[in-house]
Amino acid sequence: MMLELFTQHPLLAATGALLLLGVGFGALLGFAAVKFHVEGNPISEQVNALLPQTQCGQCGYPGCKPYADAVAQGDEINKCVPGGQATVEAIADLLGVEPTALDAEEKPKQVAFIREDECIGCTKCIQACPVDAILGAAKHMHTVIVSECTGCDLCVEPCPVDCIEMRTIPQSLQTWTWTLPSPIPPEVIASDREHAA
Amino acid sequence: MSEFLILFFSAVLVNNFVLVQFLGLCPFMGVSNKLESAIGMSAATTFVLTLASICTYITYHWLLKPLGLEYLQTISFILVIAVVVQFTEMVVHKTSPLLHRVLGVFLPLITVNCAVLGVALINVNKQFDFIHSTLYGFGAAVGFSLVLILFAAMRERITVADVPAPFKGSAIAMITAGLMSLAFMGFAGLV
Repeated sequence: MMLELFTQHPLLAATGALLLLGVGFGALLGFAAVKFHVEGNPISEQVNALLPQTQCGQCGYPGCKPYADAVAQGDEINKCVPGGQATVEAIADLLGVEPTALDAEEKPKQVAFIREDECIGCTKCIQACPVDAILGAAKHMHTVIVSECTGCDLCVEPCPVDCIEMRTIPQSLQTWTWTLPSPIPPEVIASDREHAA
Repeated sequence: MSEFLILFFSAVLVNNFVLVQFLGLCPFMGVSNKLESAIGMSAATTFVLTLASICTYITYHWLLKPLGLEYLQTISFILVIAVVVQFTEMVVHKTSPLLHRVLGVFLPLITVNCAVLGVALINVNKQFDFIHSTLYGFGAAVGFSLVLILFAAMRERITVADVPAPFKGSAIAMITAGLMSLAFMGFAGLV
């Protein structure tokens, strides 16, 4: 009966067939979207947001996202050297674990500096730089864009003439911050002091 | 048996989809810069092409033909292929994250690979039965993979070769593709 109706009205048949295909496939994909839904690991995303995104690889992973994944899987949280102790504490806070000491000595913020008269223009440091903070061309002098440099010191190793050094940024009006107050012993508040006196 | 072998090798070599029938040229030029990505693309295409030729066969012979709607084949095949690709991507993403990392980027690209639609339409035109359709789709995919991987390997070598300045980059790739096509023309008329 149904088939007869379709064969007699080609327009109806065409519309019906495509509608059937569309609805069928739509249902299939909708079902698949629910059934095969993949949870992106939310912890890994949040950890990744805390990392400094220098992609320097000093943690032993090829970038910040892989390290965030590893932390979400239970790796140590103290491997991010550019992030310093502050990042370790932020991740510890997020994951609810005890902050551990950074797996490297805490350094003041540094930038790479190329001694330009010694540079032979080999471009090796440019290839090593994860944030493209080194300018230069083959057989021409290179230089570091200080505002882009994250101080990851990945460019120091590949330099064949050792003309790159890490320099601590001198304090200027732009970089100066208040020093954090040293922790006050809890008993030293005004009333206590009076009481003691 | 020999009939199947002849059909397979005619799809792989003699009527190669890329170099003889000029279908699927976009991924052939686009994804052949690196051998690794070419292999990933080949694997994904092989999987989807075989599956798509099965699904389009079913759609055509179970739905379109009984209703006398053969003229809707192109549009419904596009729909079927898009759904097959999307569904495959979801399943692979869920079941095998490793495979998804290898094929992941390339799977959506295959939706617009005209070789997939080409195989489906040729299957209908030549009135292949189910087994022949599947084998022809698989053969076409193997041919596509063979040519893509060979071409990617050549392009990797060409990038370090001393190419004259005006021919650098895409120009020499086009010339290489043309020469490969000429070479494959040598198989013409064998089957």
